[in-house]
Amino acid sequence: MKFFPLLWATLWRRKPRTIFTMLSIVVAFLLFGLLQAVNVAFSQGVEMSGADRLITHGKYSFTEILPYGHYQQIRSVPGVDKVSHATWFGGRYQSEANFFPIMPIDQDTYYDVYPEFVVADDQVAAFKRERTSCIVGRGLMEKFGWKIGDTIPIQATIWPKKGGSNAWEFQLVGVMDARDETMKGQENFMVFRWDYFDEARAFGQGTVGWYNVKVANPADAETVGRSIDKLFANSPKETLTETDKAFNAAFLKQFGDIQFLIASIIGASFFSLIIITGNTMMQSVRERVPELAVLKTIGFRDGGVLALVLAESALLCLIAAVIGVLLSTFASGFLKPFLPGLEVNANVWMLALGAALGLALLVGAIPSLRAMRLNIVNALSGH
Amino acid sequence: MASAVAQVTAVTALNLRTVPSRLGPSMVIVIGIAGVVGVLVALLAMAEGFRATLSSTGRADRVLVLRGGANDELSSVIYRSQVPTIEQAPGIRKDAAGKPIAAAEVFMLTSLPRRGATDPTNVVVRGTQPNVLTVRPEVHIVEGRMFNSGMREIMVGRGAAAEFEGLTVGNSVAVRGDGWKVVGIFESGGNVHESEIWTDTEAIMSAANRGAPTSVIAQLESESQLQPFKDFLTKDPSMTVDVLSEPKYYASRSKMLSNLINGLGYFVAVVMAIGALFGALNTMYAAVSTRSVEIATLRALGFGAAPVVVSIMIEAIVLALIGGVLGALISYVLFNGYTISTLNGQTFSQVAFDFRVTPSLLIQGVVWAAVIGLFGGLFPALRAARMPVAEALRAG
Repeated sequence: MKFFPLLWATLWRRKPRTIFTMLSIVVAFLLFGLLQAVNVAFSQGVEMSGADRLITHGKYSFTEILPYGHYQQIRSVPGVDKVSHATWFGGRYQSEANFFPIMPIDQDTYYDVYPEFVVADDQVAAFKRERTSCIVGRGLMEKFGWKIGDTIPIQATIWPKKGGSNAWEFQLVGVMDARDETMKGQENFMVFRWDYFDEARAFGQGTVGWYNVKVANPADAETVGRSIDKLFANSPKETLTETDKAFNAAFLKQFGDIQFLIASIIGASFFSLIIITGNTMMQSVRERVPELAVLKTIGFRDGGVLALVLAESALLCLIAAVIGVLLSTFASGFLKPFLPGLEVNANVWMLALGAALGLALLVGAIPSLRAMRLNIVNALSGH
Repeated sequence: MASAVAQVTAVTALNLRTVPSRLGPSMVIVIGIAGVVGVLVALLAMAEGFRATLSSTGRADRVLVLRGGANDELSSVIYRSQVPTIEQAPGIRKDAAGKPIAAAEVFMLTSLPRRGATDPTNVVVRGTQPNVLTVRPEVHIVEGRMFNSGMREIMVGRGAAAEFEGLTVGNSVAVRGDGWKVVGIFESGGNVHESEIWTDTEAIMSAANRGAPTSVIAQLESESQLQPFKDFLTKDPSMTVDVLSEPKYYASRSKMLSNLINGLGYFVAVVMAIGALFGALNTMYAAVSTRSVEIATLRALGFGAAPVVVSIMIEAIVLALIGGVLGALISYVLFNGYTISTLNGQTFSQVAFDFRVTPSLLIQGVVWAAVIGLFGGLFPALRAARMPVAEALRAG
């Protein structure tokens, strides 16, 4: 610690250069923080999924519809605690660009199976009372400026009403919040009542999209899943039951090469950065050859000089990384409405600091070795 | 004027000749900017490839009939009773036997893992009619044969065959129930159909317990028949359908993802460009300060400030352009034609497409490089011009 003033002084030896170098690194870590936050947004769906929850959907595709008759059968499977169901409605509010998920659900069981979404008791009661009511996520309500009591018009894309009309209307009776602050944004969908939906739609009566199953004991999840699928094996509508976590992870994998893409971008920007920073460090050591020789003359050992140069490099990279990740935290705050779940979490910070240290070692390696091997007589006489 | 040009040329030549002796710092500009341009061009090429794959699908004189209000084929349903009305509508071209060139199709998804993976991905299964090669003449069978109607037989697009496990001729896969035999592989000019599995409408509908197709595709006599055809169907009270020309439909299905990738590309490039700019400033300030004596000498000899400024900026821009061209070339070599497959959120299905590094993207990359070089050189150049001559000479 006693060398800190010395480090600090050498770091700012040429102020403009240090500032420019630092800014390049800041920018790289801003990018790093944001792209990692996107990664978090992608993987958060996986993290949040309860280990005690299964999803039962069509064997060949998630988009197959299943008979409502499966409901009672699944409930009777040993180890099943609660069963609910949902259907993909599609639909658009005003335009396709306003997209948010809309699902007819079972009003009596949905929130038992999804306790991570919170709705006030009186609002749930109103939802159970009013057949054509709906509940929306807090974020959507704010985005579109809806109020409780509003009628929300939705244009059907998949499910027309009897008579062929696409115009559905729902009364807003409640608003959903995510129970956990880190899950904010996940609540941005709309639910309405399946019983009303089933009665009013033009076709597809007596079907649902998928079943959500809460098991009594998470350890039995896989066994329960297998017994459910066995029930419907060789029936016209076979099922596939998996944990929410496996389902979400598989869905995200469908985006395939996106994570690879993010890794490549970070790789490319860091590579450019190593060149920029490494060059600055070399320049700085080259200029300081006489000073380093003096340090050695007054008794600094080779290792000490090596440590000093590396520490300077680490200081530069760490300061810049902290500023960069802080900036990305602010920026992701602004971008959150466009990509819910975007978050610079502790994990991102750890990664960033680790990367900063790695970067410091990499760019400091050659200059510090050079400083260590410095021959006092040559260095001093060179000037 | 002539002397100013001569001065600029002389000083620039001098500067550029000394670049090799300052190779390290100069590489900062070249590599920093190569990184920016490489990433920008690669991401834009990805968006362009995706857009091109979808928008090259279909022909302007071919139409897709969907249920009114449906966004896409997956969410559409056409009742069986509506199909004859659509096929008999005016404006549809007839084949040699006098039958309309049209096909009722069913668009479904099934799950198949990518090659070498186990997690399932959404693959399109298109149930279509035996006349599909007449309806879509751009489709050619490259291996095996057509599926037979009523049989559990499939033919697969070239992209799907390359991307997904088990799609080789002679193999059987589970599409809706086991035992769908791959009998052929087709190509379709690199468009979106190459990511699909095709089979007979009736066979797949009975296997899936499905009562109605999703859409009707029809070849019109000419593009000008679109409006009359559309009017005929939309005026019929028993029909609630949307009629779209194929290019319009497929272009609309690529909008979201290609906009997203484009946005990401520009955002990342702007951020990286700022980083590269600081690197360039560093290098050019260093270049100016190590050459302060030379610059002061030139000024003392009677060279004006303008030639000094211009020459330094030229140096920065030349280095930047080298970086830009390098980055664009790297991205061309690495990514042009590189195939990836991702989920198109607008159709909920996998689409395989190639990155397309087009000349206009390359030019765009080089323009970005020049702009970064311009700003990276401007401030150091101004400082060089403002340097007091006497002091600079004394300091040396």
